[in-house]
Amino acid sequence: MATVIKNEAVGKDFYLLKASGSFNAKIGQFCMLRAWDEYPVLSRPISIFDCDEEGISFLYKVVGHGTELLAQLKPGDAIDVQGPYGNGFPEVKGKIALVGGGIGVAPLYYTAKVLKAQGNAVDLYLGFNDEALLKEDYENVCDNLVVNIGGYVTDDINPAEYEYVMTCGPHIMMEVLHKKVKGTGAQLYVSMENRMGCGVGACLVCSCKTKDGNKKVCKDGPVFKAEEVFTDEQ
Amino acid sequence: MSSRLQVEFAGVPFKNPVVMASGTFGFGREYADLFDIEKLGGISSKGLTLNPRSGNEGIRIWETPSGIMNSVGLENPGVEGFIQKDLDWVNSLDLVNVVNVGGHSIEDYVQAVERLNDVHLDLLELNISCPNVKQGGMNFGVKTELAAEVVRTIRKVCKHKLVVKMSPNAENIVDLAKACEAEGADGLSLVNTFLGMAIDINKRKPVFNNGYAGVSGPAIKPIALRMVHQVCKNVQVPVMGLGGISTWQDAIEFIMAGATVIQVGTATFMRPEKALDIIDGMERYCEENGIQNLSEIRGIV
Repeated sequence: MATVIKNEAVGKDFYLLKASGSFNAKIGQFCMLRAWDEYPVLSRPISIFDCDEEGISFLYKVVGHGTELLAQLKPGDAIDVQGPYGNGFPEVKGKIALVGGGIGVAPLYYTAKVLKAQGNAVDLYLGFNDEALLKEDYENVCDNLVVNIGGYVTDDINPAEYEYVMTCGPHIMMEVLHKKVKGTGAQLYVSMENRMGCGVGACLVCSCKTKDGNKKVCKDGPVFKAEEVFTDEQ
Repeated sequence: MSSRLQVEFAGVPFKNPVVMASGTFGFGREYADLFDIEKLGGISSKGLTLNPRSGNEGIRIWETPSGIMNSVGLENPGVEGFIQKDLDWVNSLDLVNVVNVGGHSIEDYVQAVERLNDVHLDLLELNISCPNVKQGGMNFGVKTELAAEVVRTIRKVCKHKLVVKMSPNAENIVDLAKACEAEGADGLSLVNTFLGMAIDINKRKPVFNNGYAGVSGPAIKPIALRMVHQVCKNVQVPVMGLGGISTWQDAIEFIMAGATVIQVGTATFMRPEKALDIIDGMERYCEENGIQNLSEIRGIV
């Protein structure tokens, strides 16, 4: 059981929670969070926003009962942090763009921080409906930050400038990005989302179709090469 | 661990009576990375069909008050895939290996069971109750005559100890249990999920592509417990009780209702090692109450 260090509103319905403990998180992984006993039954899969010697952080949006309960946590409260789970983004070398939409920006902070610290050129493209989240924080972990409010962040990026593009956000945004990246020579990695049960690859409720058959978003993913999960017919 | 929790089910010894329910534990590999799964009594495999299945389209899980609904649709690698990739590993563990088999037709069941005759396993759990596959066994689990027919046919070809997994959607659960026993089942497991429904009021459509899906979790426990009790009072073969068990107290209730083994399913999604808490709690309860073996309290209610 971890302990909540902080849990603050950082926008309308958006919270940043930090829990103490030693977590060896890779970029783009997630944890199953739980701050209640039996009900609701399921733990909540939440992307890792940051991880340091002090603990692990999660940027999340309140969308239902589970995240409402998370939002009520105070410093000192206990929280069950299961994981980190999932494959995460690959630690590549080169010129990298990270593209996030809405709460999909959550895993891109740690991803940018780690990739930049490894000596890569990292640009961030973040799209929001009405307000930018944690703009200063994101600015500090990349070379260039482009924020788009109310429009399409996919319009802002020229994928030909990059060797790698990594994205997390609404399915439609990632699909549009896939079409835009295709043929430019850049490799696109997408972080998929699905309803999860166990979070560890046993229950098969989060299966997604890939060109190599069904894969588990929680265990084989959440990160896939775009061409594995987006077929051209779609 | 003492011998307090040791049980025998259809001649198969268990170091403790806690089995991971089919469909919630894969073949055990994922959880083996997280905790010592050999502390468990056994694992019931993901439901296997003769041929591989990719499962249902659309949403597969939905939370309900104190429970969940699922509509996975028996996604599995097929009997042969399991034998090639996972069976030896499961058999190498100090666990009772329960292999769960589903089907669409009696012919499918027969072929799957015949293939499994060639390999080692401890108990074959025949799933006649999956609600998520069209003609996916659920009809066999609803109608007593159909259940009797499938068990009769499988009994003739199955060389393994045969446990029939029953549906709570049975027209008459006691009659169906008695019919399975009469046709030669070595044991029964109940209950599978209850058929339920959820509607997306914005789309004005069912949440699940199949319309209906299987309800599990603490919400169904009292009903499952009642059914296990009724069945245990009416059959001689041992029963694996399941349905919403998430605490050791729940597990003791099922034992008192007459179950020999209990299965833990949905609770594993709360916390992976939930079943270990249940085992520890049962052990402590026995110790504190001077119970040398669970048989002393089995079916006492």
